[in-house]
Amino acid sequence: MASSASSAAPTIMGSHKTRTLLETVMYVIFLVCGLFAVAAVLGIALYMVVSGSPAIYEIGLKEFLFGTLWRPTADNPSFGILYIILTSITGTFLAILLGVPVALLTAVYLSELAPKRVYALVRPAVELLAGIPSVIYGLLGAILLVPVMQKIETALFRDDPSHQFTGGANLLSAVIVLAIMILPTVINVSETSLRAVPKEYKEASLALGATHMETIFRVMIPAARSGVITSVVLGIGRAIGEAMAIMMVSGNVVNPPFPFNSVRFLTTGIVTEMSYSSGLHRQALFSIGLVLFLFIMAINIVLNVFLKKGGEKR
Amino acid sequence: MKLKQILCGVLSAAMMTAVFSGCASTPSESSSAPSAPESSTPESSVASSDTGSSLTGAISMSGSTSMEELVKAMAEDFMAKKPGVTIDPQFNGSGQGIKDAQEGKADIGNSSRELKDEETGLVPTTVAIDGIAVIVNTANTASGLTMEQLAKIYTGEISNWSEVGGADAPIVVIGRDAASGTRGAFEEIVGVKDACVYAQEKDSTGGVKTAVASTPDAIGYVSLEAADSDDTVKKMTLDSAEATEANIVAGTYKLSRPFIMAVKEGEVKPEVQAFLEYALSADGQAIVKSLKLITVA
Repeated sequence: MASSASSAAPTIMGSHKTRTLLETVMYVIFLVCGLFAVAAVLGIALYMVVSGSPAIYEIGLKEFLFGTLWRPTADNPSFGILYIILTSITGTFLAILLGVPVALLTAVYLSELAPKRVYALVRPAVELLAGIPSVIYGLLGAILLVPVMQKIETALFRDDPSHQFTGGANLLSAVIVLAIMILPTVINVSETSLRAVPKEYKEASLALGATHMETIFRVMIPAARSGVITSVVLGIGRAIGEAMAIMMVSGNVVNPPFPFNSVRFLTTGIVTEMSYSSGLHRQALFSIGLVLFLFIMAINIVLNVFLKKGGEKR
Repeated sequence: MKLKQILCGVLSAAMMTAVFSGCASTPSESSSAPSAPESSTPESSVASSDTGSSLTGAISMSGSTSMEELVKAMAEDFMAKKPGVTIDPQFNGSGQGIKDAQEGKADIGNSSRELKDEETGLVPTTVAIDGIAVIVNTANTASGLTMEQLAKIYTGEISNWSEVGGADAPIVVIGRDAASGTRGAFEEIVGVKDACVYAQEKDSTGGVKTAVASTPDAIGYVSLEAADSDDTVKKMTLDSAEATEANIVAGTYKLSRPFIMAVKEGEVKPEVQAFLEYALSADGQAIVKSLKLITVA
């Protein structure tokens, strides 16, 4: 009788035991998951350093970072990635220059000005933009943007014999594609931070007689500054790490980063040559990966600094 | 409910393990994707009537990516005929293949170019010849180039189609990435090794073809077979010779390269010898022909 009762309705002790066990098991699972992320980052960092440094050591750090000639398969190979680094920096910078103003104004519009119906249309569009695979951006860029760019190029450089014609696959095309790709990141984070600005700021500004626009530009955006900067840094991270989309529109030749030059980014440099490379060439590609990794790390550190600052202010 | 949650946790943990170990174990040496032919050793161990069906062993191959299709097809056919033999081909570039054969890491080193003078200690067998076609956009009015003009176009000395009998339009020079066998062969035959000024570098034959097909003033190079497979691009004549099999065999069309299987000097394993004989046999050459390559025997 007693035993049947205990199996039907657990005693306090029994239930407590199973619960503790479950708690412990779940705790361990959470711990393991948490540690995996840490281990993955450490593992990748370690792997990049280990596999990326031999080539740098062999080539020489100065020659690798500041050499301008990338001839990995020549009889007298040279592995200078200065132009590749500069292209990644310039390309990212220009994409930010082009994309951030548009994104910021969109964020302001969404958080402050948009009527409900328009908001219901723009908001999902921005989210969809974030979800489009990067290869689609590249494909559309190659089909729609590159031919237009070729026309512009031909018109601009028709009488310039020193210009190498790229057929429209150039830095500018890549920048435009990147600028569009960073929009959702910047819009989302900026909008959130604009919405987080205390209502009183806006009310006080309007009460003091400032117009709506003055309030937005003089009060709202400055107040949301740290969030906006965060969004820009996230955008930089997105842009510098992108490979697939820009590979299809940038021409992929190692050249100094001028708008109408065919250029190669850090990411595309690895993707293009990894499959068939061997020996020192292959190791050098890992070294490019290491450089890219360090860039991303630096961006993340900057991001953390801004986030901390923003947190302290509040 | 709780069970479900635990299951979820365990599953995601397992997934992370998989992802992480995947990241951590991307060793630099595993360059080529393991590429055993789809239909590996056939189970039909029923005594085939084929002579020499007693042949057993494994043949390791390494080398040219350009030869991938040919090698896979030959290996598949050979293994069907000699069920006791397994062939494990890797495709990691001609240079690597030659090195592997020299060092004994592979029984056969595949090379899509002639062996260099310093690549000694090997016995090469040419099993097929591949032609490289110079292609332009179908709208291009120029129809032929000399080898000299071709070299000058790729080094940037000639930069307008009007200089070679075409319309007044800048030439867009398209090529392959530095690790490509086609690029190596092209630059070597044309005599512009490491002197090319490319406007676009593509990482595949298809990429070059697509770019040339969609860029009016482009010029590019692909294997003859790829150029002939459809008419999205136009082949150029070189030194007035059309890019055809007959002209390559006759030697009038210069832009071609041999597909070589090289073995280490000295004693050759019987199964390797059998494979080389097979490659030059009627069956092997039929495969060469079916892949639109040029037969040698």
